[in-house]
Amino acid sequence: MEPRRNLRTVIDPKVRKVGFFAPPDRSQSVLPDPISAAVSAVQVSSSSPSGNMLSPVMIPPPRHHSDTLIPSQPSTRPVLHPVVPSSYTAASEFSPTAASSYTNGSRFPVDVDDGSFSPGRLAKGNSVKVLASSVPTVSLVIKPSNMEAADIPGVELQNDQHGDANLPKEKLSKAERRVLQESQRAAKTAARVISAEASKGSAGTSGAAPAKASKSVSKRSDNVSVAASEKKSGDRPVEKERKKDIPQPRMQYDDTSRVEKAKRRAVVKQTEARNRVELFRHLPQYEHGSQLPDLEAKIFQLEPMHPAVYKVGLQYLSGDISGGNARCIAMLQAFQEIIKDYSTPPEKTLSRDLTAKISSYVSFFTECRPLSVSMGNAIRFLKNRIAKLPLTMPESEAKTTLQSDIDQFINEKIVVADKVIVSHSVTKIKDGDILLTYGTSSVVEMILQHAYELGKQYRVVVVDSRPKLEGQLLLRRLVAKGITCTYIHINAISYIMHEVTRVFLGASAVLSNGTVYSQVGTACVTMVAHAFQVPVLVCCEAYKFHERVHLDSICSNELGDPDAIANIPCGKELSFPDRGAKSENLQFLNLIYDVMPSDYISTIITDYGMVPPTSVPVIVREYRREHIWI
Amino acid sequence: MVGLNLSAVSDDDDDTGPDDHPVLSAAAVAAASRSTLRPPSLQTLLEDMPDSATVPHTSSSGGDSEGKSKSADKSSRSRKLKHDVIEAVNELIQDIDTCHEQITEQAVEHIHHNEVILTLGSSRTVLQFLCAAREKKRSFRVFVAEGAPRYQGHLLAKELVARGLQTTLITDLAVFAMISQVNMVIVGAHAVMANGGVIAPVGLNMVALAAKRHAVPFVVLAGSHNLCPLYPHNPEVLLNELRSPKELLDFGEFSDCMDFRSGLGSPLLHVVNPSFDYVPPKLVSLFITDTGGHNPSYMYRLIADYYSADDLVLQRKAVPSN
Repeated sequence: MEPRRNLRTVIDPKVRKVGFFAPPDRSQSVLPDPISAAVSAVQVSSSSPSGNMLSPVMIPPPRHHSDTLIPSQPSTRPVLHPVVPSSYTAASEFSPTAASSYTNGSRFPVDVDDGSFSPGRLAKGNSVKVLASSVPTVSLVIKPSNMEAADIPGVELQNDQHGDANLPKEKLSKAERRVLQESQRAAKTAARVISAEASKGSAGTSGAAPAKASKSVSKRSDNVSVAASEKKSGDRPVEKERKKDIPQPRMQYDDTSRVEKAKRRAVVKQTEARNRVELFRHLPQYEHGSQLPDLEAKIFQLEPMHPAVYKVGLQYLSGDISGGNARCIAMLQAFQEIIKDYSTPPEKTLSRDLTAKISSYVSFFTECRPLSVSMGNAIRFLKNRIAKLPLTMPESEAKTTLQSDIDQFINEKIVVADKVIVSHSVTKIKDGDILLTYGTSSVVEMILQHAYELGKQYRVVVVDSRPKLEGQLLLRRLVAKGITCTYIHINAISYIMHEVTRVFLGASAVLSNGTVYSQVGTACVTMVAHAFQVPVLVCCEAYKFHERVHLDSICSNELGDPDAIANIPCGKELSFPDRGAKSENLQFLNLIYDVMPSDYISTIITDYGMVPPTSVPVIVREYRREHIWI
Repeated sequence: MVGLNLSAVSDDDDDTGPDDHPVLSAAAVAAASRSTLRPPSLQTLLEDMPDSATVPHTSSSGGDSEGKSKSADKSSRSRKLKHDVIEAVNELIQDIDTCHEQITEQAVEHIHHNEVILTLGSSRTVLQFLCAAREKKRSFRVFVAEGAPRYQGHLLAKELVARGLQTTLITDLAVFAMISQVNMVIVGAHAVMANGGVIAPVGLNMVALAAKRHAVPFVVLAGSHNLCPLYPHNPEVLLNELRSPKELLDFGEFSDCMDFRSGLGSPLLHVVNPSFDYVPPKLVSLFITDTGGHNPSYMYRLIADYYSADDLVLQRKAVPSN
């Protein structure tokens, strides 16, 4: 088979393996083929108008490297790469399956971004949008076993390719381009995630432009990498077996060129807010008034958008659904609808096409409201699952499998996890306790209700804050159940803290350095609790853990509606007359999230048990590992 | 609490009559010598009263009743006493009015270019302090926390913007998030206690803790009339004022919840709305008063300037039998 023709053919989907994967099972098509796949995919994509684009692949750990060398040898065109046959095995894989294509690593920006924080959403959106222009069909490439070996470092591969005389000229040039790109990427220390490396398969678009776009997108891609995806590009994977993934820096919103690109593809028209706070220039801030009506008006124009997705997006935008668990569940249920209604277009693989569709929906969600960590992790899981579908599975069976997988995720990671957390937490409540809680967390509410049902005598202090005043809803539910409550505003927390015995808080995410990323104001609560020596217990499901690290609330946050601050509850005559009349000297800052340092926290209660904040990176690692094998 | 601030008026000055005379005279002399540069305290004034055996301690101003019951020769003394008291009160009023100027003179020493200042709620002293720095052509930025539930921060922000200062209005929750970017926290005080602790608008303890954590200086602006000779024991409860819950919860919305009763008959829902917060002295970096900048540990000395030692302890002298 000539390389050229092979390049044109669809490549088998490969699953990009992250980090620690089970050693030797070659037969599992789970091993990622790092650079080789990427390289060959890139070559494919750049050469074929179908736009199969390879994403840069992470290098698996070295033991696989040596393992794979031998088996891959016979199966591929060894001429291309005697040292690392797997690299070209990737190429050879292209031939057999017509329908598969690589999803670009740039897709991984989508995946990855899913897992990253809000500023990254734009990056994801951006990258997705860039891809969207070329009609990306994201598919996870599942590599046949012999290809998996791919532990080849990109550099090696490229070098080898260079030396290979059998390569057609185009390939070499592409390989060279690839090499350059890899080295640039290496310089940036990006981590790639994940479940599948995708070459960007685009249904209709193609060619160099998408390839370039995908490349650049993949460069930018933000990754929350699951533990072990290694950076490719020249790292000797041998000693880096356990190398930790470094999440790629998110797209910073003050990078105007990327922002422009993102805007061009945006579904939701966002007008930027005037008068933005300088310090937060790296976060998107939009005028909130016009988004919802604008999106509602488009309901008949959004042809490719599934109505379920549209509905959920609108609910996010208007704030009807809020809270990490609720948003995640709503999104997953929308995805179930999509999968149910999905039918594979001809000449496409289900996995690739479906992943592309999901990525485009995710970008839509991002435009409505930046993704939360819980949503990001769920998306990553879903893409992983799609990537793992065997190619031979019939479509209906694949769809039912996916739907049941989603159900299982929701059940295991959210519902059952919550039950476990509640059962752990009620052991910490004893009679006569005065518990303090802040904001609305579904888990904490469940804990309080369960403890009440168990008959414990305790009082609750509900702390509320502007501008959302969510505590009032919680207060109503608790009082309706019969729990004695005290309601205060957050300013009065020093007053009440000397009688509080425990503080229970929920979290939106827990970061790898033990800091907790949660609703704004929780940091103040824990600080005052710490000053009064009151133990703070954070309740968080394990699927919300994240590899990122933060020192303060400024590097990543979400900016809410500034008008919400300007408008004071009725009864006061202090409200600002008109925002338009404000001078440019006055700015409003409405942060949504807050970062709470780990030394204020006594323990984190997860479905893995009660752990101190220092154990969080351990769980992230183990959890991610388990995640791979789900 | 308001009444504690005025040193000149003390009910029990009358009681320091002849019975206590020998005991207090030494202390009184010492107090008098300390306060030679200030108008005499009522304590010293009234010590010169003749044996006011018939001291009628019913009225608050000691002079009046005495004057009535005494003979004419005492009336001149009482007139002098009245005069002195009125003078002292006038001086106090003047102090309160002019303390701002002396405090704001020090503004330029503390605020420099491109600094970021954080404040919470609204205080006239703080406003003038910041404006004074602005007039000296220092350009700096201010984060104003709105100070719920009274939302005075909005007023302050409006004022600052009108004077051309770059202002950002944030909620009180975001204080911890933003404090790492702040150079200094400047607040006004409602009262300063004898140990250097501050009674401040609610929410400032949170700000002070955050400032301490991030090593940001916490500066309190207080006029000398804010000084209080009391030592704060359980200040959150005893020196606090609880305001109406309607500022937090609208009764109409929650009237259905209010109807619930627990088994003991007490309502299930309590709403707490304190108006003051106590900030312990270890969290305060500096006091700026009209007499200059001071450490919290020094504040007790200032109290001696404004309060006579005798006035500090309110004693009731046993009424001597006629």
